[in-house]
Amino acid sequence: MAFFNVKALAVATATSAAALFSTAAQAVEIEYWQYFFDARVTAMETLIENFQEANPDITVKMTHFPYADYRTKVAAAIPAGEGPDVVQLFYGWLNDYVAAELIQPLPADVFPASQIDAEFFPMVQAMKEGDAYWALPTAVRSLALFYNERLLEEAGVEPPTTLDEMIAAAKAMTKRDGAGNLTQVGMTAGMTAQDHHWWREGLIRQFGGEPYVDDYQTVNYNSDAGLEALNFYASLFTGDDAVSAIGFMDEPQAAFKAGRAGLHIDGSFRIGSLNDTRGLKWGVTELPATADGTRSNYSSYWVNAITTKAEGEKYDAAVKFMQYITSDEAMQVWLDVVGELPAKPSVGLTEENSNDPVFGPFIKGLAYAHTTKFANESGQRQLMVEMIERMTLQGMSAEESLAIAAEAEQKILDEYYNSASN
Amino acid sequence: MYRNLTIRQKQIVWAWAFLAIPILFYGVIRFYPTGNAILISFQEWNLLGDRTWTGLENYQKLFADPVFWKVFKNTFVYLLLGTPISLVISFVIAYHLDKTRFMHGFLRMLYFLPFMTSAVAMAWVWRWFYQPVPVGLFNNALASIGIPQFPFLQSTTWALPSVLAPAIWAGLGFQVIIFMAGLRAIPRSYYEAARIDGVSSWTVLWEITLPLLKPTIVFIVVFSSIGFLRIFDHVFNMTTNNPGGPLNSTKPLVLMIYETAFSAFDMGYAAAQTVVLFLVLLVVSLIQLRLLRDS
Repeated sequence: MAFFNVKALAVATATSAAALFSTAAQAVEIEYWQYFFDARVTAMETLIENFQEANPDITVKMTHFPYADYRTKVAAAIPAGEGPDVVQLFYGWLNDYVAAELIQPLPADVFPASQIDAEFFPMVQAMKEGDAYWALPTAVRSLALFYNERLLEEAGVEPPTTLDEMIAAAKAMTKRDGAGNLTQVGMTAGMTAQDHHWWREGLIRQFGGEPYVDDYQTVNYNSDAGLEALNFYASLFTGDDAVSAIGFMDEPQAAFKAGRAGLHIDGSFRIGSLNDTRGLKWGVTELPATADGTRSNYSSYWVNAITTKAEGEKYDAAVKFMQYITSDEAMQVWLDVVGELPAKPSVGLTEENSNDPVFGPFIKGLAYAHTTKFANESGQRQLMVEMIERMTLQGMSAEESLAIAAEAEQKILDEYYNSASN
Repeated sequence: MYRNLTIRQKQIVWAWAFLAIPILFYGVIRFYPTGNAILISFQEWNLLGDRTWTGLENYQKLFADPVFWKVFKNTFVYLLLGTPISLVISFVIAYHLDKTRFMHGFLRMLYFLPFMTSAVAMAWVWRWFYQPVPVGLFNNALASIGIPQFPFLQSTTWALPSVLAPAIWAGLGFQVIIFMAGLRAIPRSYYEAARIDGVSSWTVLWEITLPLLKPTIVFIVVFSSIGFLRIFDHVFNMTTNNPGGPLNSTKPLVLMIYETAFSAFDMGYAAAQTVVLFLVLLVVSLIQLRLLRDS
């Protein structure tokens, strides 16, 4: 009995030592951070599972936070050395992270810039510096025009494809009560939602302008094209034949969800919540073109980056993980689970994806989309909101209000690009 | 060594041992961050990179910023409208409630209820009340009797009073309770003497009730002033899409600090605004404490 015990003990020790040895030699744990959004977490869990199956010596631990805290927590944790090895960041934050040396460039041998330039949608090049990419997205987002099928049918109009058709359709769907108050809008409006992107990167370019020059460091919309774009946008909610009202039903997306708005411009991330809205029959089409067929769109994305915390074998594991989450396979998973668009035309523009009635219009939009490089997105959006408010609440002319907005935005950009830490 | 101490010395050691915990707590949680915030106000920092020394630049920028002065004015409008209005309303309610026997407890509960309700939930409900047709309760009521729409939150003139109204209502319950406690503390014999002398009830109010309520009034004024100077949650929740709007007409100082720190990530500038708020609160409180000492 005693002999048996000793033998068993010896065997047990040997096996556990072997197990211990093998873990010490091979298993690497890296940490991945993103913000909490149900579908994103599910998609990432699937990706991590697939990745670990292919790389049994690497484990990936995912941590997520509520969106409201995400930016602050990441910003506090990474400089303190407490953060992740691979992190998801909004593209607009990247400059700050590069300047503070908190993330490292992707290795050029695994992520050659020329190959990425060729394979990804062009707006991703905002993440490139010299010959190296700082970060890469799994998925991208763009804008499209949502429509309420029932209201279109009731008014007897087709989903619009040009701006003129859009105005005509919106007019047909606008309803007022006896006192002239809007009870149903033909189209939603409000710079607080996605309209400021539509105005900057969509309308201004469609009217022949260029919103910014010098790599988004100089405001350029105080021009004829900018004014024309502003007048067009303001015509939606001013005058007796307005098809919209700012603040109608509190928020544009709320009005559309409630079935009180015919048309609504929003991002691909809205698809999920519209699908959950009972009784709403909706469709989506590309952002309307001008009469001569000019189209333009806005795209934004979240990128994945390797932090400076990852060193040695953790760095190698992080590179492998980055490779996987920017692969074609990962992008398809992300599209199927989250509904966000693949960052590569080879995945996005497949027959099946680009003809998809829901994703198709967004994916087609990516081909002519631009990505604004923001210094302070909410601050810059606020200026657009105020530009409209000066016109609607204080009766200021479009020219004057546009000039004030351009000057104020230039000030934000100057402060950002001239400050010591950038 | 402890054994050699006198009883008095031992008592001191123990007192300090117990005091050490709150002192340490305040040191780490309050005084260190306060000192640090003052330090950051002379620096430039985006939370990620290194802090760089900029001297008085943040303060110069602050005093040259028209938005800051607008916000500074708003903050005092909240204070100068909110404090007197809530004081008068809560006194009138408390004065009459004190005399009411019918359903006294139930009425008192109704007035206290808003104070216990979450400010966020209340602000959102009021936000929807204020909407134009077809969703807003008030505007629907106006429309149904043929009166034109009132632009509650969509006017640079009316947005601030519209935001302030629910904030006053929310604080009322607390002030009513404090006033009632103050009223109950006035000795009945004064009132009896006044009745024997045949004095009018108006004189009783001016000569007996109000003077004897002075400590209560000073407490409520100090308390609600600090509250209105720090107003944030009602404004932020009623104007989330356009915080402090339209055109900064409802923006208080705390909201500007929040936006500068956590949207623009300009920590130095936000810290400078915080220091200004700190000084404003300090001055207002010192003035009010002086008034308290006079009584």
